[in-house]
Amino acid sequence: MKNIESIAEIAHLMRRAGFGAHRDELEQLVAIGYEAAVEGLLDPSEELMPADDYLLYRYLPSTEVGGPNPVPGAANWLYNMVNTDRLLEEKMALFWHQVFATGNSKVDNGNHLTYQIQMFREHGTGNYRDLLIKLAQNPAMIYWLDNHENHKRAPNENWGRELLELFSLGVGNYTEKDVFECARAFTGWTIGAKMPRAPHHRFSWHYEFHPEQHDYSEKTFLGETGNFDGEDIIDIILQQDACSRFVARHLYNFFVEDEPQVPSWSIEPPRNPEAIDLLARTFVDANFEIKPVLRVLFNSEFFKNATYKKVKSPVEVVINTLRVTGDALGPDPRLLELGQYPGYMGQSLHDPPSVEGWHTGKEWVNTGSVVQRINFVADHFSNVDLPGVKSIVSHVISNGEVMTPEKLVDRCLEYMGPVQASDKTRSELVTHAKSEGPLDCSDNQGDDVARRIGDMLALIGSTVEYQYC
Amino acid sequence: MSSEKKPPVIVVLQLTGGNDYFNSVIPYTDSNYYDSRKTFPVSQDDVVKLDNSMGLHPTMEPLKAIYEQGDMAIIHGVGYENSPRSHFRSMDIWHTCEPDTVGTEGWLGKAIRDIDPRGENPIIGVNIGQALPRALVVPGVPVASVNDLTTYGLLTNVEEENKRAQILERFSNMYGQAIGTGPVNDYLARTGLDALKGADILKRGLGKYSSNVEYGTDNISKSLRDVAMIHTADLGTRIFYTQHGSFDTHASQKPVFDKLWTEVSRAINDFWADLREHDADDNVVMFLFSEFGRRVRDNGSGTDHGAAGVCFAIGPSVKGGMYSEYPNTNADALEQGDLVPNQDFRGVYSTLLDDWMSLDPVSIVGGHFERPKFIEDTLVTV
Repeated sequence: MKNIESIAEIAHLMRRAGFGAHRDELEQLVAIGYEAAVEGLLDPSEELMPADDYLLYRYLPSTEVGGPNPVPGAANWLYNMVNTDRLLEEKMALFWHQVFATGNSKVDNGNHLTYQIQMFREHGTGNYRDLLIKLAQNPAMIYWLDNHENHKRAPNENWGRELLELFSLGVGNYTEKDVFECARAFTGWTIGAKMPRAPHHRFSWHYEFHPEQHDYSEKTFLGETGNFDGEDIIDIILQQDACSRFVARHLYNFFVEDEPQVPSWSIEPPRNPEAIDLLARTFVDANFEIKPVLRVLFNSEFFKNATYKKVKSPVEVVINTLRVTGDALGPDPRLLELGQYPGYMGQSLHDPPSVEGWHTGKEWVNTGSVVQRINFVADHFSNVDLPGVKSIVSHVISNGEVMTPEKLVDRCLEYMGPVQASDKTRSELVTHAKSEGPLDCSDNQGDDVARRIGDMLALIGSTVEYQYC
Repeated sequence: MSSEKKPPVIVVLQLTGGNDYFNSVIPYTDSNYYDSRKTFPVSQDDVVKLDNSMGLHPTMEPLKAIYEQGDMAIIHGVGYENSPRSHFRSMDIWHTCEPDTVGTEGWLGKAIRDIDPRGENPIIGVNIGQALPRALVVPGVPVASVNDLTTYGLLTNVEEENKRAQILERFSNMYGQAIGTGPVNDYLARTGLDALKGADILKRGLGKYSSNVEYGTDNISKSLRDVAMIHTADLGTRIFYTQHGSFDTHASQKPVFDKLWTEVSRAINDFWADLREHDADDNVVMFLFSEFGRRVRDNGSGTDHGAAGVCFAIGPSVKGGMYSEYPNTNADALEQGDLVPNQDFRGVYSTLLDDWMSLDPVSIVGGHFERPKFIEDTLVTV
């Protein structure tokens, strides 16, 4: 049974660190072993390619302009998530989008949101210090948090405050004076703009430092005094215990299990304090490199024991379904519509409700979104023409026998996940399978066999268990 | 005529994207209008005049008759202090009545909880649209969110009736049995069962509907027709929500704005004709709002995000006319080039909640606000 356990463990890893994998991929990964699979995610080989954006632009030119689509850039990102081979980089981009939540509602510049996500892809598994500096100089972020309005004689605190509250330390770890001093240090970090190429296009922005707007005078920040600029501020932030713990807690919430929402972190202790200590310590020891923390996290027992303990985010529901069923691969014309599906389920890409990001965990689910979630999954897994579903069907019937209803259910659960169903759920699934009797896979009734399996997969996709990741 | 008093119903129509107040209700004798709107002015001749200073955009002509019957209230200058001019943030504020913090409970979700505290009818609130708006979201309060009424339901991949009934029974059993197996499972299971029950009620209750009204083929016509279908089926729904847009007319304002208001005006007229045909209009008030108005001066092609907006309340129980005041349009009275709100939106909600729905507005909107009295004093009684 070692193999079954290994498959389940690898499947868990791939759901969390990526967007789920199909059986053939899982079996290949089992062959190389769990730790090697983690390394493959952390350091993908050169042959593993990101999605080809130019292919997308060629087939769907409107995705290049980033203006007129319902949520500009959502289709682009969906395409990237469905097609990339570099899974953890993509998942970390999603992670940082949740932490450094930037929204088109205000930025109104889809291209620059897309560039910000690309920056997360490139630096999201690198060094956190570099990432914060890139973020402070990211045009979409500068505009989102008004740092272009942050002048020596009229400091605007928006970026300075959120850097401390939501991007690095958390409430309670700084004073109002620190916010003001932090804002002063970032004065003059602004954007330059080039005229759009056409009336409907957006301005092209780039980072600029304006020395005449920068406040070069002395600042006192978190107990230290000097003529600090933004980089100095970030260095002082990194020295705070609260910083490594803040990042550790976010990683735990995103990859391991659902934590209370960010605003309550100052009053609610973490669910697993030892895990947070370990991750935070690793982060500091690694000089704020992110990969070593992820390596420890994915190889930890607390991670391996957390199977099906997180409610899937809408993006996870959609991307997992598309990747596993093999739908909408490549520059599919339905991408503009599909890009909106996470939004229908409550997670509009590039458009978080506020700089605080989304409320996660069970708050993803309400009577509206649950219907969207279940039907999206069921519509895909019952479509036995999709290559991924075909593959599951062929695995389920691979032993060519007459399957009892129990066997049919167990094999569907196994090859769809493996999905861990409770006894009660399993017995309902068996009741359903019994309504059409044993399944004869040998009698050339191919269409009906596939249909029955597809219906079973859809019903499994509708279970309470399947709402978890 | 029905002899018993029917419970009050509200239909909210959200004009998503920031409807241009200055171009919807036009102060056609005000030279500031013509000075600021040089790109797409509506000439005095074309304005649909409601009185000697105020008129509607020509595409809103179908609403004139409703206004003249005294069934439409126009509430001027609605908004709140320090408008952030961000779609999402502003919409959030309108949805949650929380201008300073990020609220998690929607105002209509709270109203649904007050109407049905035990959550017995999962379709007290119905949203017609893809995603549930925050206004209707309160954790644990069931609401039906219907994209397409003809195909609404769970597991619609199974087409055959008997098989679908069987599958849904399995679903119901699985979710029922998950209750009591942990707090998150409880929540997910109850939510799934509420969604199933809501879909079931809608499926069983509809079907009898027929109408002589021919609605348009645009989205808002379909949505309001779905509202009419559910309302006339008497399933206990008290709060309907739908939206149309996008009114975010930074560019190409003229064609976009004209198209949207042509669709909305016609759909509203058709909707009320439909309800009258079914003798189902007496207990309905329709409410229109947008997250903000738009900048006074146009930008050469469209208009940018503004502050004060306009609300409309429509229905036989509405006391028609103008409420609050048109904000001062002089350059020195504007804030960042925008009309300044003079009527807090929470006061408008309070009127709807208290005078119409007979709910306590204070806990829902979070305080006391000046209320425009646009609901008729006496409700339809026995």
